[in-house]
Amino acid sequence: MTAQFRLVVVSAGTGDPSSTRLLADRLAQRVTALGTRKQLTVSVQTIELRELAAEIATALVSTHIGAKLQNAITTLHHADGIVASTPVYKAGASGLFTSFFQILDNDLLIAKPVALAATAGTARHALVVDDQMRGLFAYLRTIVVPTSLFAATEDWTDSALTKRIDRAALELVALMAAGFEKTVRDESWDRYQHEFGSAGGTELSIDLDSDLMRLAAGGSAN
Amino acid sequence: MQFGVFSVSDITRDPVSGETPSEAERIDAIVRIAEKTEEVGLDVFAIGEHHNPPFFSSAPTTLLAHIAAKTQRLIVSTATTLITTNDPVRIAEEYAMLQHLAKGRMDLMLGRGNTAPVYPWFGQDIRQSLPLALENYNLLHRLWREDVVDWEGKFRTPLQGFTSTPRPLDDVPPFVWHGSIRTPEIAEQAAYYGDGFFANNIFWPKEHYMRLIKFYRQRYAHYGHGTEKQAIVGLGGQAYIAKRSQDALNEFRPYFNEAPVYGHGPKMEDFMEMTPLSVGSPQEVIDKTLTFREHFGDYQRQMFLMDHAGLPLKTVLNQLDLLGEEVVPVLRKEIESRQDPQTAKPPTHAGRVRDKYGDQPARQPRPNANRGDNVTGGSPYQDTK
Repeated sequence: MTAQFRLVVVSAGTGDPSSTRLLADRLAQRVTALGTRKQLTVSVQTIELRELAAEIATALVSTHIGAKLQNAITTLHHADGIVASTPVYKAGASGLFTSFFQILDNDLLIAKPVALAATAGTARHALVVDDQMRGLFAYLRTIVVPTSLFAATEDWTDSALTKRIDRAALELVALMAAGFEKTVRDESWDRYQHEFGSAGGTELSIDLDSDLMRLAAGGSAN
Repeated sequence: MQFGVFSVSDITRDPVSGETPSEAERIDAIVRIAEKTEEVGLDVFAIGEHHNPPFFSSAPTTLLAHIAAKTQRLIVSTATTLITTNDPVRIAEEYAMLQHLAKGRMDLMLGRGNTAPVYPWFGQDIRQSLPLALENYNLLHRLWREDVVDWEGKFRTPLQGFTSTPRPLDDVPPFVWHGSIRTPEIAEQAAYYGDGFFANNIFWPKEHYMRLIKFYRQRYAHYGHGTEKQAIVGLGGQAYIAKRSQDALNEFRPYFNEAPVYGHGPKMEDFMEMTPLSVGSPQEVIDKTLTFREHFGDYQRQMFLMDHAGLPLKTVLNQLDLLGEEVVPVLRKEIESRQDPQTAKPPTHAGRVRDKYGDQPARQPRPNANRGDNVTGGSPYQDTK
């Protein structure tokens, strides 16, 4: 029997097709192919942030999560692995990309394996992934694969990019297959901070045995 | 069930006329709105508490005492009274005084307040907001129930032999609603004391509040105050009404689009879909409001936000006519016929006096003679030792 994995591609590309999406798709295809070789069935779902742009902006300035955005959140909640890909604008990840991840609950992506990718018009942006994007995904407590993907214009004709895609794909498959997320969540979920209704609306346990709960029930503050 | 109107006390530019009312105009208007609330047959008027412009309501008990004096049946309340930055001793005193002047026609809703800069203005820290709220209420609860309080806590100066005066009217404390939009600890505290829980659901999707209200109901039953269905729940709502729904949409849209908090954000139709906002004909408002009890269970108080976002007084008064004449009478009838017979009656002073004393006369505390030192020794009142 083969194990089933859900890979979710998040792309902040704006063209159709965009090079950002193209890079993510090449990685996703390699993950699927490598999975098959290792008896893993990998299904791929894609979230195009471009289609959620208005709902992302609304969510940033209010508590209002639109229907399409909620679907994306639910999809990520069920992801076993994530490919997150963005164009670089003005020496940073697209605001659409960072805005989307800033909206998510802090605990939605805990321990999920992630491969990061970025595209740019010049190689001068090459360190954006490792220097800027990793921090965001560290905050979200994801596990980011060692190889980051970056493609400037000249990289698209360079076979070294393909080699890096293969590396990142294998790293992602290895993390997914190792069950890292499941182990962390099964054995350590309570050690992370949660709010009532966080983790995309699934974190509903209430600890009645806390200092604040004792204070709520007429006790005294420590 | 009680129906009422609550106001944030925002002074907002009218996006249609371009006019911003003065503080004086808006304060006069709110008194008129409260009077109108009674005239059209609604039960409750509640005002928020804020300590920064563009809001006017920094001293709710002063406003509410004035309104109580100008009305006969209306219950005056808050939405909310800040249990964090107010000294609980002052809340005990001010609201007991209001309770006397209003002859019991009052209650209050407690909230934490989410404007960070307000906290240090009153010597507090928003990072301590939750334990501060919980501890302050524990003290407030005692101040209204014990003639003499010795108390020591983390946040406030200790009290030795303190008596909060005046004692509550008929020695029955004001009814308290705990307002919360996301905090299980607040729901727990409401349940522990058998107080009301108010979910101001006007901004967020209903699923969120369904979970919190369910938790409150379970804990209310756990602490032995009654069954889950007997817990005391209040809900927020927001409406703009016109005879024809297209008129309602057209008239309200400019106000919605520029409203504080949610303006410049979601589309009005999306917001209507995901929150309790009703913009439409009386029947549409009725239909939507009737779904609330299906999601949250039968409840005791439905409040509507009617006067914010720069809506001019004339429009608000017209809205209240429609709400009071065409919406609420139908809601009362429909809800009465559908309501679970177990549902608790909405809280009133008369009902709470009856619950406490039955047919016996209520306690009327009379102080002992001034001995020059009323802060030490036994009871300050003649009927207790």
